[in-house]
Amino acid sequence: MAASKTAGPATSPRALVLGGNRIPFARAGGAYAHASNQDMLTAALDGLVARYGLQGERIGEVAAGAVLKHSRDFNLTRETVLGSALSAETPAYDLQQACATGLETVVSLSNKIRLGQIDSAVAGGVDTTSDAPIAVSDRLRRALLDLSRARSVGQKVAAAAKIRPKDLAPSTPRTSEPRTGLSMGEHQALTTAQWGITREAQDEIALASHQRLAAAWEQGFFDDLVTPYRGQSRDGNLRADTSLEKLAALKPTFGLGLDTPATMTAGNSTPLTDGASTVLLGNEEWAAAHGLTPLAVVVDAEAAAVDFVHGVDGLLMAPAFAVPRLLARNGLTLADLDYVEIHEAFASTVLTTLAAWESEEFGRERLGLDGAFGTVDRARLNVHGSSLAAGHPFAATGGRIVATISKELHRRRAAEGRPVRALVSVCAAGGLGLTAILEAV
Amino acid sequence: MSDTYLNLVNSGFTKKVAKQLGLPQPAPLRRYRPGQPLLEGAVLVVGRGTDADAVAALLSGPWDLEVHRNPEPDVRYAAVVLALTQVEHPTDLTAPVLAAAGVLKSLTKGARVVTLSRSSVPDDAPAVAAARQGVDGLLRSLAKELRGGSTGNGIVLEAGVGVEAPSVVGALRFFLSTRSAFVDGQLLTVSSEAGSLPGSWERPLEGRVAVVTGAARGIGASIADTLARDGATVVAVDMPAAGEHMTAVANRVRGTALQLDVTAPDAGERILEHALARHGRLDIVIHNAGITRDKLLANMTPEKWDPVLAVNITAQLRINEALLTSGDFTDAPRIVSLASTSGIAGNRGQTNYAASKGGVIGMVRATAPLLEAFGGTANAVAPGFIETDMTARIPAVTRQVARRLNSLQQGGQPVDVAETVAFLASPAAGGVVGRVLRVCGQNMVGQ
Repeated sequence: MAASKTAGPATSPRALVLGGNRIPFARAGGAYAHASNQDMLTAALDGLVARYGLQGERIGEVAAGAVLKHSRDFNLTRETVLGSALSAETPAYDLQQACATGLETVVSLSNKIRLGQIDSAVAGGVDTTSDAPIAVSDRLRRALLDLSRARSVGQKVAAAAKIRPKDLAPSTPRTSEPRTGLSMGEHQALTTAQWGITREAQDEIALASHQRLAAAWEQGFFDDLVTPYRGQSRDGNLRADTSLEKLAALKPTFGLGLDTPATMTAGNSTPLTDGASTVLLGNEEWAAAHGLTPLAVVVDAEAAAVDFVHGVDGLLMAPAFAVPRLLARNGLTLADLDYVEIHEAFASTVLTTLAAWESEEFGRERLGLDGAFGTVDRARLNVHGSSLAAGHPFAATGGRIVATISKELHRRRAAEGRPVRALVSVCAAGGLGLTAILEAV
Repeated sequence: MSDTYLNLVNSGFTKKVAKQLGLPQPAPLRRYRPGQPLLEGAVLVVGRGTDADAVAALLSGPWDLEVHRNPEPDVRYAAVVLALTQVEHPTDLTAPVLAAAGVLKSLTKGARVVTLSRSSVPDDAPAVAAARQGVDGLLRSLAKELRGGSTGNGIVLEAGVGVEAPSVVGALRFFLSTRSAFVDGQLLTVSSEAGSLPGSWERPLEGRVAVVTGAARGIGASIADTLARDGATVVAVDMPAAGEHMTAVANRVRGTALQLDVTAPDAGERILEHALARHGRLDIVIHNAGITRDKLLANMTPEKWDPVLAVNITAQLRINEALLTSGDFTDAPRIVSLASTSGIAGNRGQTNYAASKGGVIGMVRATAPLLEAFGGTANAVAPGFIETDMTARIPAVTRQVARRLNSLQQGGQPVDVAETVAFLASPAAGGVVGRVLRVCGQNMVGQ
């Protein structure tokens, strides 16, 4: 075959996870109350640069995003790069896919590496609910814009006269779904009731999350994954001493208006959190040139979405559809996974997803399989804890999970010398879900 | 940390008042900047013999200084070198010492006096030993008389070490330069002709990979900056909780940050693994990480005693052992440990700290011979009163007094410790083995 100038590389490079860095996650209004998204993302990025000696380096591309974002932060990631120790010649772009933002930056940058477009990348995400943007009401905004366009005194008076006292109330961002007006918690309460998930089962998930995350901190697992920030050196939401009794004592906060007993509490739901995370990606050649040990390969990814507005599926159930398609495409089953990371938006999100996969009916009717999709071994689920304990700064969660599980994959493979795989699953607003497979190197 | 008193006695009305009252008048010290000339003025070399001639030739030749062998009138000397290695009787000191005496009143500010002498040993004829040991007392007293930020230090050559040995030349340059601004009244012994002169005196650590523990703040951060300025690639190590400050240091020096508790059992292996994987080698380890838990011994508890020894000495021993047995720390390696004047002279309330720092001094003395076969060294630096966050917490009056209790009448800066560490880590210091060099402005306590 004649050589073509447009042909890509003979074998496409693999996209490797080389490491990560995040700042400890803090409860909203806590240690990072006065830090902006750009401050936190810069801290996470600079910590990554320091850990891997990337000062002045021109990285292929940096992609990151935030779910709650000021309009002035239109170029948040590029501005972060310019304020970091990386070369100012490093390109960057913002990305947003609600809570899947962080994982999507990993997936899309990995794809660019696989295509040979870039040799290295930093994926990331950040969110603050402490420094959330507050906008003016639509009526006030229109009146102010009219006022700015007004030329004569008469026009100005007329525009100003349209402003009513109630228009002055600020419009704060909310986590409610634009199409249903329900908060994410109320949506999940519907799904929880639909699948008959008990309070006890949810509290057990929450307890395991805290215990496992606390154990990981104690073992120093995060020593090369987290850099302290503003005096915070561990995740602020972590309650190492929580117990089933303490969790059982909390009053339910979601699903209070339903016919079934309300089961979702502040203990088995993620709190509002501030934080930022980054993941270093690269191909083999770049990793070797920088003396970096690859941890994992980003094998494949699959996004899904559910029609939660008109259909029967709950708002956060999209991963239940994405994972079967992803595993089938890669010739894998749940049994082939050594680790399953399911983002704990709520404890019941994890449980309704697992219940759907264990349901014969769901398997046949919604997934088109012969029967139930399968069961996840709980010992492989969220082994170092997840969002219930660490907290969930929306766009930063994907990077936290990918960096943490990649380190664990590498450690396990080094110990056992066999292929080791992990599934990462993140649900998101709008009925979205994003899932990915990582394999140890 | 600013020294308000020092600023007051060096400006305007308050300067006049201080002078009339006879208050201590510490002079602002000039610190090293790359590109700075070695000396800003002529140097007087006194002493007779082949060694004195060789030193004069070095200063006027490769170092391009204006060298006088006899005092000339109306010259303000920037340095006086007393070449006394060939004295054989105390009376041999008379001529060179009195020649030097004549120019002391007209030295430039921040001038340098350096003696070169030989160590006295029991095998010496009594008169020879008396002459050699006499230099020790002479230098220490002379240093106490110097004013205006000038310092006096000595280089002591052991048997078989010529004045052109790399470490003699390196130490001479260090003592003449502003790098040694807060080193005063010290005698540094050179034991062998090991070591090599750097390709560039500005970048003596080019191509070397250095690990600095406790690098996030204070003296450790300054050591990281200084080693990097001298050309080294720096691995900054500190507790995971200190990561935020360490990130700033690592990014500033374009090195890498390793969040690690030095008391971890595998700390040495992890440091080596990191250095080899990221930078391909490891040449220099600076044991700077240290803590204090002050308590009178009568009130001492295991909670105050154990961590101080664990961090300040046990961790260093364990890390050194890992490096020495690895086979990867063999290219003229350098270990420099932070001791303390408390470990030499003792300090009330610091039995734990002083035990650990005294331990450091013993450790480097016994570790140096283990490294000699690879052209390696182990040495310690003992800081006196240094202006850091730690000393800023000392009550104000106590702090003011502590600052003045040395010949320079002021506290040193972290960079003063760092410069001395950098010198001992340099290729030229290969003949300095198992020693302790004090950075204390000639503190009145201890040796």
